[in-house]
Amino acid sequence: MPLKSAAFALSLLLSSTCLLAASPSVDEVIHRTNQMAYYQANDGRAKVKMTITDAQNRTRTREFIILRRDAPRSDSIEGKSYLGEQKLYVYFNRPADVNKMVFMVHKKILADDDRWLYLPALDLVKRIASSDKRTSFVGSNFLYEDVSGRRLTDDQHALIGQDDNYYIIENTPINKATVEFSRYIMYIHKTSFLPIQTEYYDKQGIKYKTYTSLAVDTINGHPTITKSEARNLKTNSYTLMEYTDVQYDLDLPEDIFTERYLRKAPRKYLR
Amino acid sequence: MPRFYLFVLLSLSLCLQHVVASPPLPSGLSPSVPVAPALPSGLFKAPPLPAGIEPTQNSNHSFNSLKEPFFDLSGFWDIRSGFRTQGDSHQQQKSINEARLHLAFQTELDTFTFTLNTDVIYDETSSQRAINLDKGQGWIDLRQANVAWSPFSFMDIKIGRQILTWGTGDLIFINDLFPKDWQAFFTGRDLEYLKAPSDAIKGSFFTDYANLDIVYTPRFDADRSITGEKLSYYSPLTNSLQGEHQLIKADRPHSDELALRLYKNIGVNELALYTYHGYWKSPMAYQPSTNKNRYPVMRSLGASLRRPLWKGISNVELGYYDAYKHAAKDNPFSPNSEVRLLLGYEQELIKNLTLSFQYYLEWMQDYKHYKASMLSIDATHQRHEFRHVLTNRISVLTHQQNINWSLFTFYSPSDSDAYIRPNIHYKINDHWAIETGGNIFIGKQYRFFGQFKKNNNLYAAIRYGF
Repeated sequence: MPLKSAAFALSLLLSSTCLLAASPSVDEVIHRTNQMAYYQANDGRAKVKMTITDAQNRTRTREFIILRRDAPRSDSIEGKSYLGEQKLYVYFNRPADVNKMVFMVHKKILADDDRWLYLPALDLVKRIASSDKRTSFVGSNFLYEDVSGRRLTDDQHALIGQDDNYYIIENTPINKATVEFSRYIMYIHKTSFLPIQTEYYDKQGIKYKTYTSLAVDTINGHPTITKSEARNLKTNSYTLMEYTDVQYDLDLPEDIFTERYLRKAPRKYLR
Repeated sequence: MPRFYLFVLLSLSLCLQHVVASPPLPSGLSPSVPVAPALPSGLFKAPPLPAGIEPTQNSNHSFNSLKEPFFDLSGFWDIRSGFRTQGDSHQQQKSINEARLHLAFQTELDTFTFTLNTDVIYDETSSQRAINLDKGQGWIDLRQANVAWSPFSFMDIKIGRQILTWGTGDLIFINDLFPKDWQAFFTGRDLEYLKAPSDAIKGSFFTDYANLDIVYTPRFDADRSITGEKLSYYSPLTNSLQGEHQLIKADRPHSDELALRLYKNIGVNELALYTYHGYWKSPMAYQPSTNKNRYPVMRSLGASLRRPLWKGISNVELGYYDAYKHAAKDNPFSPNSEVRLLLGYEQELIKNLTLSFQYYLEWMQDYKHYKASMLSIDATHQRHEFRHVLTNRISVLTHQQNINWSLFTFYSPSDSDAYIRPNIHYKINDHWAIETGGNIFIGKQYRFFGQFKKNNNLYAAIRYGF
């Protein structure tokens, strides 16, 4: 009997420390991470340089400027008030064949995103379907969905572990037929809630793709990933993405994300 | 009793999952054990930098401090060669043979943006050496030379030579009555050369109710249409194909053009209304007394809607071309009014494979009068009242999206003719690209696409971008 009580006490003790260690909840972790990765401040801009290295070690570069504006004026996780429509404006500088080209997204929470492409040589505003978001973004190892963010409701999330630095979250797609992976595991930094590494597993359970954050910089109080890498483990091609001139809370006007500014680039914000 | 041990063990194992650095994965997934990654520079186990300590970079730039003058120079070299796949007694065998240097310059002074885009060309197949900036002939093709600014927060102005586009069609234009270069399109120049420049003033007004574009062209800008130079065409006068030896000569009106677009996005719907007052863009009328062609007056009214549909993008566009003078009622050599309709759908079917379809209709008005007028001059061939055209685009990106395989097909079931545009474009690296393609016309020589069948050509190009 004493053994039984001791065992019960021990198990209670273990369970409670266990609970302490497990806090915050999975829901909170994934929302904080989503907020840190895609929704920091009300708006932001960055200069981005992508270096794509293929299996034969040939490199290509893409240079562009991203402007982002969130409809919600809050960064709070409480009641998910940070979540809402988000607008992205991507202005390409290099290489020469995409110079002055613009890619614009109106990202929505429940409906499909609206996407446009502006081709300056033809003065053409082309609307593009957003059917397959898991297509490569401008030929890199990043996907459209990596740039604009994957919907949290598209996956089931489980906290499968943690250590001193990380919460380890396993994400399993709810609609398996629409994606090429069976699950992905995220290592989320405990104090900043930044996703430091993400590992994708294919339908055979083999790890085939990793995203790794290589540098973090705190800008206007916002810890920001300024260097990250996407690597395809099957082809051994990889893309390095570097952010410079990152700025937050610029008070970007909402009308920048309209046809007017596709045709007439908002130069003030693109220097 | 054993239940308690089980409970303890279970609690222990559950808890251990949370405290062990590299936990094993749940059974049934993968044998590989995820290893926690090293922290990147900038993130420490300790909390982030306290307020007051300057982070290492970036953050001490304030937005206003980034006011370096804006100056952008880019361009490309393009060398392009092509040949006819059949003989043509009216033309040389080479369909295209040219070297082109394109320079694009943009700068900003105060709130004014200046743009200058020009091409320096050596065109071996052209017999025209004198520079004609309207027709794009000679060794200079001035593409853009304009200044743009916003005099008010609700208004943009662009004055000068500019490329103008609106409407929803894919290589089919109803309400976009800005000049096109069909010669460039059919001989295999880069697609951007399908748009010829306009010398115009564009005023754009933006309000909460709707937006308005007004384009005023002081002197009519015609299409760079098929005249017999480089490309052969069907002449109804001789009932035969003609080319270099019988160039279509036309006098350009010295009058103005006005084009308006009123547009608004309502939810996911992009709605637009259009109107145009000017001329048919190619010299469609013939003056027997002078043996010259001319550009008849034309005004139009139209509307379009573009919106997502199912997994793709759909569009509808309608236009009424009003040939309000010199209609065929009393003149067999002048075009009638027309109703034009376009329905389109595009979807990325699977990753990197995009498919699109369009249905296009040209419906000639007063067809009875047209038939009567054709009979009065004993015309050999007549147009149908309805010209139906189906188009299909297949576009596949491979090799990390560096190779684009595309096939665009126009097919008219009413005219039994077709136009096929295959193209393969390979981006070798950030600077170099090569492409090859063709322009293939099928059909009777007196039908719209069929008349170009002696111009079937294949081409290849190499480009260096900077």
